[in-house]
Amino acid sequence: MSPSAQQQTLDLFIAIGLVLVVATIAGALLKRYVAHGQPHGVIDNLNARIKAWWVMVAVIGLAFLFGRAGVMLLFFFASFAALREFITLTYTRRADHDALATSFYLILPLQYVLVWIDWYGLYSIFIPVYAFLLLPIAGVLAGDTTRFLERTAKVQWGLMICVYCLSHVPALLNLRIPGYEGRNVLLIVFLVLVVQSSDVFQYIWGKLFGRHHIAPAISPSKTVEGLAGGVLSATILGAVLWWITPFNVWQAALMALAINVMGFFGGLVMSAIKRDRGVKDWGDLIEGHGGMLDRLDSVVFAAPVFFHLTRYWWG
Amino acid sequence: MTPALDRFGATAICRFARILTGARALWLGGPPTAGPRVYYANHSSHGDFALVWACLPPDLRGRTRPVAGLDYWDKDPLRRYVAHRLFRAVLIDRNREGRKDDPIQQMAAALDGGDALIVFPEGTRNVTDARLQPFKTGIYWLAAACPDVEFVPVWIENLARVMPKGRFVPVPLLCTLTFGTPQKLHPGEDKDAFIARMRDALLALSPQEM
Repeated sequence: MSPSAQQQTLDLFIAIGLVLVVATIAGALLKRYVAHGQPHGVIDNLNARIKAWWVMVAVIGLAFLFGRAGVMLLFFFASFAALREFITLTYTRRADHDALATSFYLILPLQYVLVWIDWYGLYSIFIPVYAFLLLPIAGVLAGDTTRFLERTAKVQWGLMICVYCLSHVPALLNLRIPGYEGRNVLLIVFLVLVVQSSDVFQYIWGKLFGRHHIAPAISPSKTVEGLAGGVLSATILGAVLWWITPFNVWQAALMALAINVMGFFGGLVMSAIKRDRGVKDWGDLIEGHGGMLDRLDSVVFAAPVFFHLTRYWWG
Repeated sequence: MTPALDRFGATAICRFARILTGARALWLGGPPTAGPRVYYANHSSHGDFALVWACLPPDLRGRTRPVAGLDYWDKDPLRRYVAHRLFRAVLIDRNREGRKDDPIQQMAAALDGGDALIVFPEGTRNVTDARLQPFKTGIYWLAAACPDVEFVPVWIENLARVMPKGRFVPVPLLCTLTFGTPQKLHPGEDKDAFIARMRDALLALSPQEM
């Protein structure tokens, strides 16, 4: 990381810290004066979320301190936790054991090694081509044909979502953008900040002004007002952050818009799967938020698109 | 040992069990409620009751007592401490001849005192290929003694998926505890019908049946 990038990263973390301080104080005031110290579903959940944000920001900050290796490890473990949650909610049989062990112990680490050594030609097709063909072979050798296509497809889908798509976040470090050398970590900050703030803004706008549900059959909490207000706010935030990116102001706004739209639909798709499986959250790793996948559903859908848009026009 | 230390020890065991297995609870049969109830679960590992206990909300945990075998938990001071002080277990003597206390009366007394119980109606750990072993009759006699108490089926899933028989590499899946719809003894229901219904209610939560 270049010294100027270091300074900007530090500035951003201080700004995020200040926002969290304000949020923590507001949460404590709500608990005291609105909930009168009594248990209150929405306010308690809000405070749990804010607390979890402190932890998440601290973990991301710690990873950044260790540079490239820290970022790779962070997302490797995030992929691991996400895949674990995904496969747990997926129907598998004893015969899938070898395919699952291969996914966890071979494909997942190898994808991150390929990203680490910057072998773009392989990490961009490794799971869509090689895992796609090898896993059903491992499965068919176990000799159990019950719901075979369904089982194979679900393991592949889990790998695509939890490993392939998510690995595009650390892959941003590999992009070679003229005039932006040594500052790539700020692309990750931009992506994560815009996507996550979009979730937070949608939550706030939805709680304050939400009236019209977008997809009541899929997610009871997503409203038109929340979506419009959230995406607009997060897009403005993206534009305001143009100075940490290789983009100019309107380019940064369009990028943020693309990220937000993908992120929104990512959340919707992952909610549909949860709904089908009869669960509210993917896990309970992160207090107040649910599981790793609940926090990352929008990042997962936005990351590859952001990666390729940036690579195509700037890389 | 002070109560604070007991609570700390119990919390530490819960944390450890949850981190190791990633255990999570699914409350399909309605949210957890306080008061006397009986959680009955399938039994495949020594860690089962700690896992059920760890998955309950903290405020219910303190009022929920596992039912366990006296022969195992009364063997040495450490086990006695864990059973009596940390989990407040109801220890029953599985040896029919020569036991002082009637297990059904012990459990009924705990329920009368407002506590909930965790029981494993299969009696022993399941090391067979079957999803669930036949139930012992104790669950019926308990229901007959306490007809107003609800029985909540709890399916503990995935320990078998993590490492199936004959495989040596564990897959790091999360264990799931599915809490089903509370059941009660119907008026006039006989022993075999009740036990069959309870067993079916538990099996219905097993993902292979879903």
